[in-house]
Amino acid sequence: MLEYRIDRHSGVATYVQIVQQTKQALRLGLLEPGDKLPTAREVVEATAINPNTVLKAYRELEREGLVEARRGLGTFVRRGLGAAPADSPLHTELEDWTAKALESGLDRDDVAALFTAVLDKHFSARQPTEQRPSEQPAPTKHSQGEPS
Amino acid sequence: MTDTALEAAALGKRFGRLRRSAGWALRDCSFTLPAGRVCAVVGPNGAGKSTLLALAAGLMAPTEGVLAVLGGPAGEARARVGFVAQDKPLYPQLTVAETLRMGGDLNPGRWDARAAEAIVAGGDLDPKARIRSLSGGQRTRVALALALGKRPELLLLDEPMADLDPLARHELMGVLMSQAAQHGTTIVMSSHVVAELEDSCDHLLLIGGGRVRLAGEIDELLETHTRVSTTADTDLTPHTVVESRTTGRQLTALIRPAAPLPADWRTGTPTLEELVLSYLRNPGATTPATAVKSRQESVA
Repeated sequence: MLEYRIDRHSGVATYVQIVQQTKQALRLGLLEPGDKLPTAREVVEATAINPNTVLKAYRELEREGLVEARRGLGTFVRRGLGAAPADSPLHTELEDWTAKALESGLDRDDVAALFTAVLDKHFSARQPTEQRPSEQPAPTKHSQGEPS
Repeated sequence: MTDTALEAAALGKRFGRLRRSAGWALRDCSFTLPAGRVCAVVGPNGAGKSTLLALAAGLMAPTEGVLAVLGGPAGEARARVGFVAQDKPLYPQLTVAETLRMGGDLNPGRWDARAAEAIVAGGDLDPKARIRSLSGGQRTRVALALALGKRPELLLLDEPMADLDPLARHELMGVLMSQAAQHGTTIVMSSHVVAELEDSCDHLLLIGGGRVRLAGEIDELLETHTRVSTTADTDLTPHTVVESRTTGRQLTALIRPAAPLPADWRTGTPTLEELVLSYLRNPGATTPATAVKSRQESVA
């Protein structure tokens, strides 16, 4: 069963955190098609957040076709995300590569910077076919920069 | 079940009829709280929060105006309303177990003994302990068990978390949210610590100086306000300014935009606490139309 961890100070809306953590679990294969998400009641009992926040997140996941609500039964995973479960060859290769980076004296920030640079190069534009408004943690209002 | 939990129209309460000055604890309050919401009643000390909750509980009558509770006059719905007052009144000579048995006897047909016992058990309380021997936080736990065991449709809590330790606070807030998720209970809780309520509440009632300053869905209120910072000589019209401050060459403000903002202004969404503080610091700031709009909708 998936357990959500809400970070009150992350600046990311709470429902977006639930969407992101669910997707992360789907990508890593921790959640598979047919699996049941925790009920809103279970989530709010553990996190003390408002039930509507959980329902909003689940509606968002449903809108994206990732889960479906079955009346009286709960919310179930419809499809997984990505092709990189924790035991895939790609995961192993990344492990090997990271070990090599460590050996050659790179620290965490170096690796992250390198990885982000390569990501940006290959995924420069978001694929227009895949709309993922919820994956942008900040609403568009923020794009003009935060007043300090 | 009605779809409106609370509806106030020109509600006012005055204490001390003879004193001519400052007798009004609440005046001219109009708002609507739809059923199923978790509503934060926020405001400084002496703003009128406790008075409003006591009026909703039917423990006192308004001096003027009307407050409808679960679709009827306040006081008539008492069997469906749970109320925990700020001082957590309990009988000191009873034990914890006797207090719960009293809850069962006083609420025939509604009492959920298992739910009440689970809340008490969560605090490791000895059922044989007398109420007078309990700490403030433990008493809060028993009072909440009593109110939740009643399975109310509307739960009114006056500063419920004030004397709980952080662990008990999180646990009991979780219990309250689970109650709301499971039974659609409307919860109204007051506090002057806004941050404490931000994640749990979806509706806000901001009271200041005995009046409703802001009322509405929290998401909507945050969306309709923007924090901006720009150069000091900027003219903020036509936007509604809640608060603005000039520091050197910079102007920072909290506004309700009336039109798209210029691209060279830096903008951001306020937090609930920033929003509340801005209104409280500026008693002259006008109350937004959203509260008025929702009032009209409910009348229509």
